[in-house]
Amino acid sequence: MQSDIRRLSLILLFAPFALWIFLLIVLPHIGMIALSLREKVAPRVYEFGFGNYIDFIQEPIYWNTLLRTGSMSILVTFLALLIGFPIAYYIAKIAGQRSKGALFLLCLIPLWVSDLIRAFGWILLLRETGVASTFLQWTGAIDQPIEFLYNDITVVVGLVYTVILFMIVPLVSTLDGMDDAMVEAGYNLGGSGFTVLRRIIIPYAMPGIVSGCIVVFMLTAGSYLTPILLGGKNSSWFTEQIYDQFITRFNWESGAAFGFLLLAFTSLVVWLGLRLTGQTLANTVAKS
Amino acid sequence: MAKSASNKAFLLGYRLYIVAFFIFLAAPLVAAATFAFNDSLFPSLPWQGFTLDWFFNDTEPKLGMFHDRRLLRGLYYSAIIGVMVSGLSVFVGTTNAFLFVRGNFPAKNFFYIIMILPLVIPGVILGISILVMASNIANGVEDRFDYELEFLRPGILLVVLGQFSFVTTITSLVITARLKKFDYTMEEAALNLGASRAQVLRTVTLPFLRPAMIAAGIVAFLVSFENFNTTLFLVGSESPLTITMYDRMAKVGSTPVLNAVSFFLIVGSGLLALISVIVQRNAPAD
Repeated sequence: MQSDIRRLSLILLFAPFALWIFLLIVLPHIGMIALSLREKVAPRVYEFGFGNYIDFIQEPIYWNTLLRTGSMSILVTFLALLIGFPIAYYIAKIAGQRSKGALFLLCLIPLWVSDLIRAFGWILLLRETGVASTFLQWTGAIDQPIEFLYNDITVVVGLVYTVILFMIVPLVSTLDGMDDAMVEAGYNLGGSGFTVLRRIIIPYAMPGIVSGCIVVFMLTAGSYLTPILLGGKNSSWFTEQIYDQFITRFNWESGAAFGFLLLAFTSLVVWLGLRLTGQTLANTVAKS
Repeated sequence: MAKSASNKAFLLGYRLYIVAFFIFLAAPLVAAATFAFNDSLFPSLPWQGFTLDWFFNDTEPKLGMFHDRRLLRGLYYSAIIGVMVSGLSVFVGTTNAFLFVRGNFPAKNFFYIIMILPLVIPGVILGISILVMASNIANGVEDRFDYELEFLRPGILLVVLGQFSFVTTITSLVITARLKKFDYTMEEAALNLGASRAQVLRTVTLPFLRPAMIAAGIVAFLVSFENFNTTLFLVGSESPLTITMYDRMAKVGSTPVLNAVSFFLIVGSGLLALISVIVQRNAPAD
């Protein structure tokens, strides 16, 4: 009787989970892959084949865009870690008890402001008639308006800006748990600041670093608004290709193939990252 | 002596870096919000004087956001979608928390990783895969039974499902973390005092989880409200606010009314985020 109740409640608890994962994650992805393996031979007539993937390989614009998206996402992830780590360390370890909470809150609040508004803010600052250009003209540093938008540097800066808090927040939580005595012991044993950082702090923070990097990489590679609004027509971001195939050309078969390629590519990078650092998904992303 | 001087210089430099970072963090938000109060038809310098027209004025060309019917409709749809996503995902998040904290079943770790996965799938892909599936079902039914399943075409339901598919991972993680801190002896005490299982759940366990459920609900609402990537592919004629704003930004070119909306959203989401942090922080530890 008791065990029957237990089993029944387990099934009742498992049902929402199974429905969610199966109907909204597993089934749609199978459908997407199946669609990507369909070739149009005549109007409303399809047959199985790898045509959509062959098109991708034969058209350099497509795979160049994927490679470009991937490499720029890795660059953005690296920059976010480089810029974000000192901030997280300051909040977790150096700031006093009171300013710590305030600084962390200052990081948490903009996290929930839409990408759209943040990109809009950058547009107002950086465009030809924007604040930066007007200000520089006023100081006399330049004598003509300058367009700061629509180049790769702006896209990278904008992307770093959009995702950096997703790096800082898990790092703060991880570093917060570190005992200060470990750092002191490192110094007492004669380690230099750099040695302590490399041998003690970074290994300790590794789950947070990996977690931040995974989330930041996925968000960057899958981002749509920031590259398009800040990079303009030539931003060549892969999500834009997917949108183009789906909505503009109404070529869902090819769009589904592109979607699967993006998923496979980003999963590969994440898997490699986990492998190289010896971490798992459960002890990194799940903890943040 | 020399060492402490260099340490001081280092600390000063470090502090300046922190200040510079927070200025970088605030700059675009301040820019987006400030031009809402500029008495000009364009969101750019020079400053023409302070005005509230972009919020409250009711005539063109300076139509304020509270009189702009398309923006208000977007706000309304965003709010409806947000509430639905938030409610659904907190419910499933809670059952997931019980499942993974209390349940014992084979391959639990495997399923736990599956639960985390939606968070690392790009939103664009969740959007297209759900769009493809819904359209396949709708087309199949239409071909075979000659019946149109309107709700499986792009629209509010698909947007809700698309956002729910990854927001649930977030709510599950937040509520699971809280349930792990729960002290079992409290439930046992209540059971020993003669309470039924349902009573224990209602009077002991759920009140303990309430701060995490509220915080998760707020976070879910905020994530849903600001979502763009997944929504873009699933949206029908009822555009939520981010889509309406994007269309206007990309096609029409922006007037400061978009700044007014930005100001409204920055303040609104900031306050909600603050509430969710406070609710969680003030939660009793056990």
